[in-house]
Order: sequence, then C-alpha cells, then structure tokens
Amino acid sequence: MSQSIEERLFTIRYKADDKSHLVIQDQLVCATCTDKPCNFFCPSDVYLWHDQERMTSVAYESCIECGTCRLACPYYNIEWVYPKGGYGITYKYG
Amino acid sequence: MADERFDAIVVGAGPAGTAAAYTMAKGGLKVALIERGEFPGAKNIFGGVLYRKQLEDLLPEFWKEAPLERTIVEQRLWVLGEDSVVTLGYRDNRFQDPPNCWTGLRVKFDQWFASKAEQAGALPIYETVVTELLRVDERVVGVRTDREDGDLHANIVIIADGVNSLLGKSLLLHREWQPDQVSLAVKEVIALPKQTIQDRFNLEDNEGCTIELIGQTAGMAGLGFLYTNKDTLSLGVGVMVNDLREKRIKPYQVLDSVKRHPMIARLIQGGEVKEYSGHLIPEGGFDSMPPLAGDGWMVCGDAAQMVNAVHREGTNLAVTSGRLAGETAIAAHRRGDFTYHTLDAYNTAVKASFIHRDLKKYRGVHGLLGSGDSEQLFDKFPNALNEAIYQMLLVDGVSKKQKQKVAMRLLREAAGGNMDLLRLGIKGWRAMNG
Ligand SMILES: Cc1cc2nc3c(=O)[nH]c(=O)nc-3n(C[C@H](O)[C@H](O)[C@H](O)COP(=O)(O)OP(=O)(O)OC[C@H]3O[C@@H](n4cnc5c(N)ncnc54)[C@H](O)[C@@H]3O)c2cc1C
Ligand code: SF4
Ligand code: SF4
Repeated sequence: MSQSIEERLFTIRYKADDKSHLVIQDQLVCATCTDKPCNFFCPSDVYLWHDQERMTSVAYESCIECGTCRLACPYYNIEWVYPKGGYGITYKYG
Repeated sequence: MADERFDAIVVGAGPAGTAAAYTMAKGGLKVALIERGEFPGAKNIFGGVLYRKQLEDLLPEFWKEAPLERTIVEQRLWVLGEDSVVTLGYRDNRFQDPPNCWTGLRVKFDQWFASKAEQAGALPIYETVVTELLRVDERVVGVRTDREDGDLHANIVIIADGVNSLLGKSLLLHREWQPDQVSLAVKEVIALPKQTIQDRFNLEDNEGCTIELIGQTAGMAGLGFLYTNKDTLSLGVGVMVNDLREKRIKPYQVLDSVKRHPMIARLIQGGEVKEYSGHLIPEGGFDSMPPLAGDGWMVCGDAAQMVNAVHREGTNLAVTSGRLAGETAIAAHRRGDFTYHTLDAYNTAVKASFIHRDLKKYRGVHGLLGSGDSEQLFDKFPNALNEAIYQMLLVDGVSKKQKQKVAMRLLREAAGGNMDLLRLGIKGWRAMNG
C-alpha cells in the first residue's frame, strides 16, 4: 500500500501562488553544504540539489507548510514565509 | 479593511485562538479572529485525540453536537519489533460515560469550534495572513495582514499562531526552535468500511480505540499512532527533527516501514489513502516555554510549546491557555490597562493550571530525547524487548533460569552494558518524575 510521494501529494488540494513563499538565499551556501539534508527531511520533496547546475531547486507548489526546512537547514539558508492568505494547502480531513 | 479598532485580535483559529476568541466575545469584547487558511482547520492536522474536560469548561456538553469521530474506550501501547509486537492496553467502559476523549479530524472540528466563537460575536477574518505585529516602542498595538490596507489595531493581540509561531519569533520570544525542540509528523487518513474497522479493532457502534507505537522509527526518537475514526483510520509517525536531519531518511519512508509492519499491515489492509499530511509538534516542553505575556500581548498553545508529548496532549493545553488568556483580556478591559502589569495575570493563571504542572513533571523528557540515546531507546530496546519475550515464551527445553539470563543479557546489550542500562533507567525515571 506504499505510494509514491506524487500520489500522496495528489490527495491534498493546493492553490499555488505564482510566487514562491520559499526562497534559497544563497545557492553558494548550498554548494558548500555537505549533507544537503533538505533533500531528505522535507515531507513533500520540495528541495532537490542539481549537481550540474550547482543549485537547489524549490518545488514550492508541493510544500505542505510544515516549517521543518526553516529550522533544520543548518545554515538557515531558506527564507520562509506562509503562502498568501487562502493559498497553499487545504486539507479535507486534517 | 479600513482602520478598525478591536478590543482584542486573535491570530490563529486553532484550538488555542478559538478558545480565546470565544471567551472574549462571550465576555462582551469586540474581537477579530484571524486565520490564514481558507477556513479554520484548513491547514491543521493532529493524531488525534480530543479530550472532554478542558473543552467542557468552555462549552458544556459540547459533545452532543460537535463533529467527533469515536469515543475512546481502549488505549493500547505497542512496542514494535521487526516483525513482532509487545502489547499493553487498557479498556474500560467507564470511559464512555462521561466520555473521556474522542478521536477527531481537524478540518471538521476546527471549523465547528470557530463557528462557536463566531456565534458568540467574534469577527472572522479568514484567508488572511498576519505578517507582522504593529508596535509602538515595546507595546503591541495591532497586526499587519497581507490584505490591502490590512492594518488592524487592538488593545490586546493574542498570539495563537501554532508551532511555527513566526510572530512569537518576531517578538524574540524564541530565536528559532532548535531541531531538537520539535518533531515532524507525517500522517495518512485511510478509509475502510465502518464495519471492517469495528471488526478489526474489536469495537461496537461508536466505540473507538487508539494505538501508540514505539519502535521501527529507523533509530530515531519518535512515536507512531494508529487511531480509529468512524470510517477512516489515522496512521502517522513523528520523529525528532534533529534525528531526522542526521539520518537522511525521508519522513514518508519511515511511515512506509510502519505501514509494512505485519501487525499494522493487517489492520489497514484494503484501505484507501484519502489524505497525506505533515506538521511539526512542539517537543521542547517546560524549559522551552517562552515568556507568556508582555505589553499588549499574550501567547497561547503550540506557539508557547504547550504540548505534553508523553501523554500526547496538546489541544487541551491549547484550549485552556486560550481560555485563560481570554479571561485575562476581559479583566484588563475592565481595568483599562493592557500593560504587562495586568496581562501577567495570564502567566500566573497558567502556572496554577495543569499546563504548568504537567509540563514541569516531564521537563526531563526533552533532555532524554536530545541526548543521543535515541538509537538505544527507540530501536535497540524495542527490538531487544521483543526478542527477550520471544525467548521467554518459546518452550524449547531450555530452562527458565537460563531463559531469564538470556532475556536480561539482550536488554543489557541493547543499552550498551550494565552501567548504561542503569544510567538509562535512572535517566528515564527522572525524566518522567521530575
Ligand atoms: C501529528 C500530530 C498529532 C497530534 N496528536 C494530538 C492528540 O492526539 N491530541 C492532542 O490533544 N494534541 C495532539 N497534537 C497537538 C495538537 O494538535 C496541538 O497542540 C494543537 O493543535 C495546538 O493548538 P494551537 O491552537 O496552539 O495551534 P494550531 O492548531 O496549530 O493553530 C494555529 C493556527 O494559526 C494559524 N496561523 C498561523 N500563523 C498565522 C498567521 N501568521 N496569520 C494567520 N493565521 C495563522 C494556522 O493556520 C492555524 O490554524 C498533535 C499534533 C500533531 C502535529
Ligand atoms: S540544507 Fe540548506 S544549505 Fe543545505 S542544501 Fe539545503 S537549503 Fe542549501
Ligand atoms: S515547509 Fe515543510 S513541506 Fe514545505 S518545503 Fe519546508 S520542509 Fe518541505
């Protein structure tokens, strides 16, 4: 009964803003961040490091607004605010 | 939103904020209740168990109309081995009447609860994010929202913005929670026919059952839960963020491994995943609680780390803190003084309540979780306990005395030796009885 993360995120209703509420402050910091833990701890796989482009991509449309990345990025390199009022996730059950 | 004045503004329509708004509106204050979600509950998840006592203090016999799932008559604790389980449980029909607690789902519950505050006269302002507190010197005088012309002024702002509490942070109540002060929980709501749930969990009608899970969290400090709703199950697992960051494991993979456990798999078999969700839980406890009041503001619920992780109580602490803050605001309104001098009464009231007492009792638990003993406590021990009991129950001609020795050896080894077993035992005892 295990599902992929895409299938899981599909169960949540999103209203994505066209502007990201999550911003990597400095890609150079990501480049020197050895473990890049955001690639793992995020419950909806928002962050992904790209070796060739040397950058962390941010799929903010999938964010479930838990807040983990804000406090767990070892360099506090993620600027984190809530999506605009009424945007972002809306749960059906909760 | 032209420049309107309120007696009080509440930020966040979770249990804490709604309880505060309800209390104040009922007390005749002009109250605004601001929530960033499309409606109260839209952004919120929990296990979850709702308790009678603290809500009843606010709304007598609320359970006769509130959207609740099942009345909990049985609570189980499962210590998971790799393919086995050590079980402990308690069932008692006295928990039915009066009901002690229920399972619930936040989308329905939070909306219903907020509707009570609205009916009492609180002005709902939803789909609105408070981006900043308005201040004059040290005094909080209102909020800035992300609406156009979105400044609102009030004598008191009640900060009930949940675990992330960006507003608390802006007041420097906390610099930022450390990864060992919060856990991340991921959860699934799994649909099954009502009768199937009742058969699998040995329940009738509206009876409900909760199972707390220890073990199989990949060596991270954490707990799982499996709760029965009417026609869904709530299954989740929460792990400390400091451990999660170190392990480089995806949170939903921990959930997957719990779902695959043979004892869990049979309970959820055939179910359809209706929703995936995730949320932080405050775990810092007593020593992480920030100052609770200042000039023109008070802070309640998760924003103040008011969660008793050992007993998975949070909503009830939130409700009581919201009520106490609301009552303090009413007194301040009568006096016409909104400074720390008057609002400090909220601090005193929290100190005199179960919130302070319970959190103080378990203040040592946080140190236990952050101490680097996670692997032992949440992985090796559960496995060793399962193996020890397997050996004890297996009738294979080995003498009971010998078996007892083997069992003790397994537990000792899990702890890393005799002294460590003793040390962990003492530490654990102190943490629970501080
Ligand atoms: C997985 C999990 C399981 C749990 N299990 C249980 C359980 O079984 N029993 C129990 O009693 N407790 C449980 N808890 C804890 C419980 O959910 C919390 O303690 C409780 O919800 C805290 O209430 P609150 O009102 O303080 O915060 P919240 O419920 O988080 O409410 C805060 C509200 O503020 C809003 N908000 C935040 N910032 C802003 C802003 N800037 N502007 C506008 N709105 C804003 C949010 O959208 C939210 O609605 C659990 C928690 C989790 C995550
Ligand atoms: S953890 Fe922080 S610094 Fe490291 S890669 Fe991710 S965002 Fe960049
Ligand atoms: S807030 Fe949570 S879900 Fe969103 S990006 Fe950060 S870790 Fe991922």
